[in-house]
Amino acid sequence: MIRLREMDTIFQNSQRQGRFSFYMTCRGEEAIPFGAATALESQDVVLAQYREQGVLMWRGFSLQQFSDQCYSNESDLGKGRQMPVHYGSRALNYQTISSCLGTQIPQAVGVAYSLKLSAANATDDGRETKKAVSLCFFGEGCSSTNDFHSGLNLSATLKCPVIFFCRNNGYAISTSVKEQYAGDGVISRAPGYGMAAIRVDGNDVFAVHAAVREARIYALENNAPILIEAMSYRCGHHSTSDDSFRYRSVEEVQHFANESDPLIRLQNFLKHHKYDNMTDDDFRIMVEDEKKAILYAMRKAERKPKPSLEDLFTDVYNEMPPSLKAQQNQLNEHIAKYPDSY
Amino acid sequence: MTVREAICEGLDEEMERDEAVYIIGEEVAQYQGAYKVTKGLYQKYGEKRVIDTPITEAGFTGLAVGSAFHDLRPVVEFMTINFSMQAIDHIVNSAAKQFYMSGGELACPIVFRGPNGYSAGTAAQHSQCFAAWFGAIPGLKVVAPYSSEDAKGLIKAAIRDPNPVMVLEHELMYGVSFPMSDEAQSKDWVVEIGKAKIEREGSDVTIITFSKEVGKALEAAEIMAAKGVSCEVVNLLSIRPIDREAIFKSVKKTGRCVTLEQGFPQHGVGAEIAAMIMESDTFNYLDAPMERVCGADIPTPYATELEIAVFPHVDDVIAAIERTTFRTIAA
Repeated sequence: MIRLREMDTIFQNSQRQGRFSFYMTCRGEEAIPFGAATALESQDVVLAQYREQGVLMWRGFSLQQFSDQCYSNESDLGKGRQMPVHYGSRALNYQTISSCLGTQIPQAVGVAYSLKLSAANATDDGRETKKAVSLCFFGEGCSSTNDFHSGLNLSATLKCPVIFFCRNNGYAISTSVKEQYAGDGVISRAPGYGMAAIRVDGNDVFAVHAAVREARIYALENNAPILIEAMSYRCGHHSTSDDSFRYRSVEEVQHFANESDPLIRLQNFLKHHKYDNMTDDDFRIMVEDEKKAILYAMRKAERKPKPSLEDLFTDVYNEMPPSLKAQQNQLNEHIAKYPDSY
Repeated sequence: MTVREAICEGLDEEMERDEAVYIIGEEVAQYQGAYKVTKGLYQKYGEKRVIDTPITEAGFTGLAVGSAFHDLRPVVEFMTINFSMQAIDHIVNSAAKQFYMSGGELACPIVFRGPNGYSAGTAAQHSQCFAAWFGAIPGLKVVAPYSSEDAKGLIKAAIRDPNPVMVLEHELMYGVSFPMSDEAQSKDWVVEIGKAKIEREGSDVTIITFSKEVGKALEAAEIMAAKGVSCEVVNLLSIRPIDREAIFKSVKKTGRCVTLEQGFPQHGVGAEIAAMIMESDTFNYLDAPMERVCGADIPTPYATELEIAVFPHVDDVIAAIERTTFRTIAA
C-alpha cells in the first residue's frame, strides 16, 4: 500500500511536469485493491475499471512495467497503444483496461461463464482443475450504466461465478452519490437480481479481504454471482484532467484523509499490535525506499526508446490484410526516402 | 438447400468440430431462432452451448466478448442486425480493438450474425443495411453471403477465424434455395474471407455488389445480355477486408463499373469502391464515370408503395448499366 501511494504521488507529479499526458491515482482507496487481491487466487481473472492498479502490483507487475506503460516506451506491453494507467497482463490474469465505463461488467460474466464451463468439463473428464472466479471492479457511478444492469442480471440468470466489486468512493468525477442514485447505495440492487451481497468498510484492508474471501467461496460453491459494495472516499482528483476542489471543499477531503485513510489505519493497527515491533521510523524508511525504487524505474523508462513503427500495423488482425500491408509498405518507402527526417 | 439450412449446417458442423463454439442470443434455443436458423441445435448441444438470454443485446454481447477473451468462441445472434446498435460499444470498442490495444494479448474470436438489409414491411428501424457502418471499423471483419454455398462457407470461416467477424445475412434470402455442390456439402467447405467471387463473367461492364443484390445484378446481366451488353458480376462476399485486387482486375478488364447495394449512398460501400478506383491506376482504365445504385437517402418508410420506391430494383440497375455503357467520358 505504501508502494502504491508513493507511485501514485510520483506519477501524478510527473504528469504535472509534462512527462506523460495522463494519470489516475487511487489515493484513499488503497485498501480495496490489496484487500481484494490478497483474497484471490492467481487463476482468478480480474477485470478492473482503471483505479485498481494495486491488484496488478500485488500480482507482481513491477515498478518498471508500470513506468514503461505510462511512458509508453518500447518495453510497454501494450506497444504504446493505450493511454497511461490502461495496464493489462494476460500472464497475471488482469484484463487490459477499457476506457469505456461498464463494458467490463458483462465481459466479466462472460469470463466467469468460460471458467465455469472449463471447470465442469474438467470434472467430467476426471481432470483436476483449479476452480476460478472472475472479479469485476467498477465505481458507484458505473452502477448507473446499461452494462451494470444487463451484466448483473445475466450473471444471475446464467449462474456464473463472478464477484462484482463496487468501489463506492463518493464521486463519479464531479457527480456525488446524492446525484447518482436515490436508493440505498449500490448494494440495494442485489436482491432485485436475486443475488447475494456484502457491504463493507472499503478503507479497512482486513474487512475487504474477508469480504472477498467469503464472496469467492460463495461464488464457487453456488456457481453464483455476488455483489460487494465497499464504502470508501476518493481523496485524489478523478484524474489529472480534473480539479476536484471546484466541486468539493478542501475541508471535506481533509476530513476523510485525517479520519479514515486506509494506510494510516493499517499502520496504526500494526503499531498497536506491535507487529514486528514496527515504529514510525520503519514506515519512514519504507516510504523512502519505495520512492527511490520508483524514481529509478521512472528514469529508466524515460530513457528507453519509443515504440517501434514496425508494430503500428500489427495486431489489428491476427494476420495483416493486403490493404494494411500496402499502407505499411508506403510508410517504409516514405521513411527510406527521407531518412534524415526520421 | 435453403440459405437458412446452409447456415444451420455450418453452425452445426463447427459446433461439432470445436467444443469452444457456442451460440448465444434471444430466442436461439427452445424457439430455435426468430428466423429458425438455429433449428435443432439446442436439442443436439444442450443449454450450455445454445443459450437463451434476457432481452439485452448489450448484456449478452458483452458477455460473449468477455468469454471470447477467455478461450471460448461465441456465435452471437442478433434477431436483426438493427438490434446490434444496442451492443455497438462491445462490438466496436471492445471486440474489434482489444487485440490491438492489449498489444496482441487478448484475441477475440467471436462471430456476430443476423439478418441485415431491407426486409418487407418493417420500416425504418428494422429495414436498413449496416455494411458500411461495420465496414468502417479496423479490427472487425465483415462478410455478406448471397447463396447457400456462400452462407455455409462464410459462417464456417467466420467461426474458425481468430478475429471478430460480423456476418450480415439477409432476411429475404433465408428461404431461398440454391444448389449445393459436392464440395460445399463437405465438412471442410469454407469460403476464404477477403476474397470476392466472379458470379458471372463479362466484358463490357462490371457490376459490384453483395448479399441479396447479387441476384438483382445477375437478373440485370441476363436482360442486358439480350441487348448485347456483356456484364461481369462481382459478388464481394467480404466487405472488410475488401478484395481490391478482384475489383481492380474486373474494372480494368471491362472499363466500366456499376456498384449496387441496399445501403444509404453517403459513405456507402459503393462510395468506398469509387474512392479506391480513383486512388489507383484503375481510374485510367475507366471509359465512363462509374455509377452507384443505392437505397434512397431516407429512413425506410412502411407503406408498400413508398418502400418499393426507396430500394434498388433490377430496372434501376439496368438504367445505370445503360448510362455507363452508352456514354463515354469524351461525350
